[in-house]
Amino acid sequence: MLFIISLNKLSQTKTVAQLKPGETGKVCCFKDEHLALKLLDMGCLPGTRVALKFVAPLGDPICISIDNGYSLSLRKAEAATISLVEE
Amino acid sequence: MATGKIRVALVGNPNSGKTSLFNQLTGLNQKVGNFPGVTVDKKTGSCTLPDGHQLEILDLPGSYSIYAKSKDEQVVTDILTNPDDAHYPDILVVIADASNLKRNLLLLSQMIDLGLPVVLALNMMDLAERMGKKIDAAILEKEFGVPVVTINARKGEGINDLKTILAQPVATRERPFLDVTELAGPKYAPRINQGPEPQYLRLHQLLKSGDVSAEEARSIQTRDTTLRYGKINKIVARAEQPTSRKGLKLYTDKIDAILTHRLWGYLIFIFIMFLIFQAIFSWASWPMDLIDSYVSRFSGWLGDTLPAGVLTDLLKDGIVPGVGGVLIFVPQIAILFAFIAILEETGYMARVVFLMDKIMRKVGLNGKSVVPLISGMACAIPAIMATRTIENWKERLITIFVTPLISCSARLPVYTILIALVIPEKTVLGFLNLQGLVLLGLYLLGFAAALLSAWLLSRFVHSGQRSFLIMELPTYKQPRWSNVGYTIIEKVKTFVFEAGKIIVAISIVLWVLASYGPADMQHAEEAVRQELAGTNYSEREFNDRLASYKLEHSYAAVVGKIIEPVIRPLGFDWKMGIALVTSFAAREVFVGTMATLYSIQSGADDQATIKDRMQQEINPETGQPVFTLAVGLSLMIYYVFAMQCMSTLAIVYRETKGWKWPVIITLYMTSLAYLASLVVYHVLR
Repeated sequence: MLFIISLNKLSQTKTVAQLKPGETGKVCCFKDEHLALKLLDMGCLPGTRVALKFVAPLGDPICISIDNGYSLSLRKAEAATISLVEE
Repeated sequence: MATGKIRVALVGNPNSGKTSLFNQLTGLNQKVGNFPGVTVDKKTGSCTLPDGHQLEILDLPGSYSIYAKSKDEQVVTDILTNPDDAHYPDILVVIADASNLKRNLLLLSQMIDLGLPVVLALNMMDLAERMGKKIDAAILEKEFGVPVVTINARKGEGINDLKTILAQPVATRERPFLDVTELAGPKYAPRINQGPEPQYLRLHQLLKSGDVSAEEARSIQTRDTTLRYGKINKIVARAEQPTSRKGLKLYTDKIDAILTHRLWGYLIFIFIMFLIFQAIFSWASWPMDLIDSYVSRFSGWLGDTLPAGVLTDLLKDGIVPGVGGVLIFVPQIAILFAFIAILEETGYMARVVFLMDKIMRKVGLNGKSVVPLISGMACAIPAIMATRTIENWKERLITIFVTPLISCSARLPVYTILIALVIPEKTVLGFLNLQGLVLLGLYLLGFAAALLSAWLLSRFVHSGQRSFLIMELPTYKQPRWSNVGYTIIEKVKTFVFEAGKIIVAISIVLWVLASYGPADMQHAEEAVRQELAGTNYSEREFNDRLASYKLEHSYAAVVGKIIEPVIRPLGFDWKMGIALVTSFAAREVFVGTMATLYSIQSGADDQATIKDRMQQEINPETGQPVFTLAVGLSLMIYYVFAMQCMSTLAIVYRETKGWKWPVIITLYMTSLAYLASLVVYHVLR
């Protein structure tokens, strides 16, 4: 029973793809190893604060700010691989 | 240092101002080439120091990290992790965007640990300040143990300070910034610690050796990067002081609110694309006509001045028009790259990708494919050159592959004359001009073929590279006009010298085909005089008839007759066969060839005359006019799809580094053209 709850919880972990414009979150971990390496290079690491700045008119890609510094655009599917810390 | 020149390499994140710095250091003393084996631009230049020393400057592609994620970044990694590489520098200048310090310092720390003498050029301090950050360069200098120069690459400030530092020997940092002994685990520790070379260099040589599994390599990279950022964050926390000003970011955000708006974003984008199209299409026509008239005047002058003979003919009818055929594209290339440079410099190009990515991804392309595709409506040559901005090889290849399907401006004269010939001038649905409608249809057909082919090709071409977007949206900046100028010069030079060689060579072959034949051309004049005997002909009529006679008896005509059985099912005769062959020089040559074949007064490009003659042409077998609706449309469709442009092939050869893709494109487009024309001809006949 406990196990199921925690699994449920895991699948419900919020990702960057679920942020709403203006909303911020703290990066927890990555679900895709290859993309993780690219994101690390770009300064998006666990613990980094990200905010959703705006979404492209067709709903994809999105633009986030990294550590309140620069703007990074990425596809929604890519954003869904970045899990956020629950706050 | 056999040459006595100190070799300096510039490295930095994309958008950090590296190009501006390179232009400031070298001015016009630049050379553009390719790194061996890859289609990555290599820019080198020289710079003279105040003390007279010469520096050889190498501009390395923009990189975020030593762990390469693209072809461009791989070049940087390959050179800097191999001290025996021909491009290995004596000093490395790392340029960093001060408004984005942490991410830029990651690359700096990696470069330092490779054991090269490093100088940090801290750029865009003004931008950082306007974003509310004040940076203490002294802290960075102390913590990283390398000389730091603050520069403003756009305004040219601090360049002399940088030169002064480069004039002195630069020391390498003694201890590495990050101790990586344990990073690869005990299994590899001995290999990293052995020998006098820096640990980090050994680590990267180990990773390159292939002895490390992919999973281990990922884990090494993750820990390396995370540890580096940990140290960098602490340093930046001390070096970066907040200021009260916070204007600039809002300013970029405000522009983004308009330029990526769901309505305004696309309207502005369409307007800019229209402007580019208009510029290449119509603004370029004036200088192009000028080049055209000077080239033909020059070849006429050569004919009058030089003694008559084969060599003179080759020069005035083969080589000079061949060179002219190269030069004529220069205005379009210059204008297109001026626009592209401005879009890149201002930061708008990244927004184009952002707006278009979702649409283009559906057919296997990338947001960045939009600009080449639109430019293809003017000319495929600059368009294919513009695909260099697409990092992903597969997406770039597909864009190159489909761009020649977009109807370019050279097809317009062919469309115009054929439409005038077979499409009646009438109005449909009350207000639409039928001829205009057909023209629009031909353009749309090309566009649809390009998108469908892209979708088709994306299922067949596979590459190890994964398609991802993850891309920085830089802050908006005013373009530096000098950078725009350098880009234009560089692109025009590349085109004239690289593609030009092939184009001139093929022009000469085509000239030989069109001016020589199996029959004795010496008797041509006699034959024409006999033919015209009895009529009261003028000198001009005689010359026109002579040109036509020569072409009808040339090797081009032989080729035309050989291919006649093949093109017969499409409704084409051997005369159209000649035009198909000569069109390979450029599609608009179709009109000129038709003019010569129907011996229309030389020099007069009067389309009405050509049209009348073509309309009068009677098929000897059927007694009907040759140019029926079926034949006309079949020809038009053929010109929409067929690869009939040697300049495009030359540029595809150059951009894909081999004959494989030019051959595949030609086969594909020609088959497509053949099948489409076959269907059209048989349906309408």
